[in-house]
Order: sequence, then C-alpha cells, then structure tokens
Amino acid sequence: MIPPVLVELALQFLLLSLLSFGGANAIIPEIHLRVVEIEGWLTEADFSQMFALSQAAPGPNVLIVSLVGWKVAGVAGALVAMGAMCVPSSVLTYYVARAWDRFRDAPLRIAIQRALAPVTVGLILASGYVLTRTGGDAWPAYAITGATLVALLTTRLHPLWLLAAGAALGAIGFV
Amino acid sequence: MSEPPTTPQGVTAGALFAGFLQVGISGFGGVLPFARRMLVEQRRWLTEQEFTEILSLAQFLPGPNIVNLAVIVGRRFQGPLGAVVAPFGLMLLPQVVVLVLAAMLAEFAEVEAVRGACRGIAAAASGLVLAMALRMAEPIRRIAWQVGIGVIVFAAIGLARLPMLWVLAAVVPLALAIAWRRRG
Repeated sequence: MIPPVLVELALQFLLLSLLSFGGANAIIPEIHLRVVEIEGWLTEADFSQMFALSQAAPGPNVLIVSLVGWKVAGVAGALVAMGAMCVPSSVLTYYVARAWDRFRDAPLRIAIQRALAPVTVGLILASGYVLTRTGGDAWPAYAITGATLVALLTTRLHPLWLLAAGAALGAIGFV
Repeated sequence: MSEPPTTPQGVTAGALFAGFLQVGISGFGGVLPFARRMLVEQRRWLTEQEFTEILSLAQFLPGPNIVNLAVIVGRRFQGPLGAVVAPFGLMLLPQVVVLVLAAMLAEFAEVEAVRGACRGIAAAASGLVLAMALRMAEPIRRIAWQVGIGVIVFAAIGLARLPMLWVLAAVVPLALAIAWRRRG
C-alpha cells in the first residue's frame, strides 16, 4: 500500500513539471501555495529553510523540490517528488529535441518562443517576490535581499559570496 | 536535435554518466557554467554554438533547465539510454548531499545561529531570484505586449496568489495568439 501522501506529492509535482516554464525557480510560488498555504505540510519557516538549503548546497536549484518532499515524507518523499518533477518534462524534452532543429526558422517556433519569454519572466519575478515575503515583514531581511540584488546587477561578484554574506549576517543575529 | 557530421564518436553511456556526475557535484551556486565547461572545453563533445542552441531549447521547455540539457545531450550521443543516464548522473550526488545536509540541519535546528544563517541565506537567495528575473526581462522590456503578459503573470501568481494552472491556461494561449498575429 502506497501512503496517500506520496501519491499526492507525486500528482502535485507531475503537474508542476509541465508548467515550470523557467525551471524550478518559476514554480516556487505554486509550491509555497500548495505545501504551506493549502496543505499545511510545511511551516513558513520550514519552507524558507529548505529554500536556503537548496540554494546553498551544490547542485541545481530544483533540489528545493526534493527537500520539500523530504520534509513531507522522508527520503521516499524526496525521491518521489524529484522523480515526478523531472520525468514529464524530460519526456517532453526528449521528443521535442528530435523535431526542434527541423523547425529552426519556422514562424510557429519563433512565435512560441516570443510568447513564452514574458511568461517565464513573470513567473520568476513572482517567485522572487513570494520568497522575499516569506522572510516575514522584517526590514533586515529586506535589506539583505535588496543589497544582494543591487550587488548582482552592478558587480561581477560570484553569487556564492553573497549567500555567504547573508549566512554570516544571519548567524550573528542581524535577521 | 539532428546529428551534425562533427559529432565526436565514442561518447559512451558511461562517459555521459561520468561527465554529468562531475558537473552535478561541482555546481556550487549554479550548475550551467560547469556544464558548459565540461561539454565544450574539457571533453569537447559540443561546439560553443551547439551548446548555445541546446541550452536555449532546454531553457524554453518546462522542467529543470539543466536536467533538460542533460536529456538532450544524452539523447544526441546514446539515444534513449543516454537520455536516462546523463540526467541520472547529474542529479545523483547533489541529491545525496542535499539530503545529508538537510538531516544535519534538522539536528541543529534549535541552534539560533543556524536558524539565523538560514534566514540570511534565504533573504540573499531571494535577491538572486529577483536579479535573474530582471536580467531575463532585459530583452523584452521594450515590447509592450510582452511587458503586459509578464506583468499579468506576476500580478496573478505573485500578488493575487492564483493557482498556476489556471493562470497559465488563460495567459499562454493569449500570448501565443498575440505572438502569432505579430509574426514576421
């Protein structure tokens, strides 16, 4: 008997896999909506911690999905969530890759790319906004977010230094 | 993707697995630059231009971009087998490492400095996501209808917190219709 929570996790991420235009960062508001606001599987603080870990750990940022699965149902939850997140989009990619080059200059391909570009931007901007808000209404957190944003847009600092600076400020009690 | 005549021979399933395994574990703060280095510079499986084309397809399709990239590269050299072993190699070590870190974090969850550090990282990483969105907005910011679509998606999902499926079901066909009418 498969635990119902695993089935539910799988269904949630099977759908999100095909909606994640812009990758894992694009579906953070939806993950938050489902696991924190609707299901109550994770608290706001849990979610924020798992996001922090997924960004600070080596590897792609889609690891947030397996961390959410882990919080909900342990290692099995992590593997189920990650598999559900990767398999549908990978199958789609496999078949589209076969056809894509033949339609290099086709008007339909260009129209699809132009249509999806602003959708992706809107999704990732929404993620940034929702993530900023999960820090609570605390101005020190907003200050770190703002300073990181400015540093990224105006300097060539490696993002890892900015995460380390955030970690150090948090550890000494700034946020 | 069609196989170009320059495709290196002898990229075995084992080599795909090992190559992407290396990429997965070296990717601190973003995996894509390491994938480019491995594929183009170190192992020379792809030219710069091939990499850019594959990357643009991987980014445009739904799903984790780097996993899509591994699927496309794996498929190119080893068909269905390659399309499985490349993403598997990519995700194996990061998956193990992150779960070990999560278990360790749970041990120290009561330590205030650890909780604070997590809050600090989350705040900084939110800035990373915002910066990514603004950079991606650069090429579309002068085109009014694309700005409009981006704003609608942001407002519906970020501000109104509407479910993503409904929002995309309404907005994607609209965006496609506008893009199609303005083609050429």
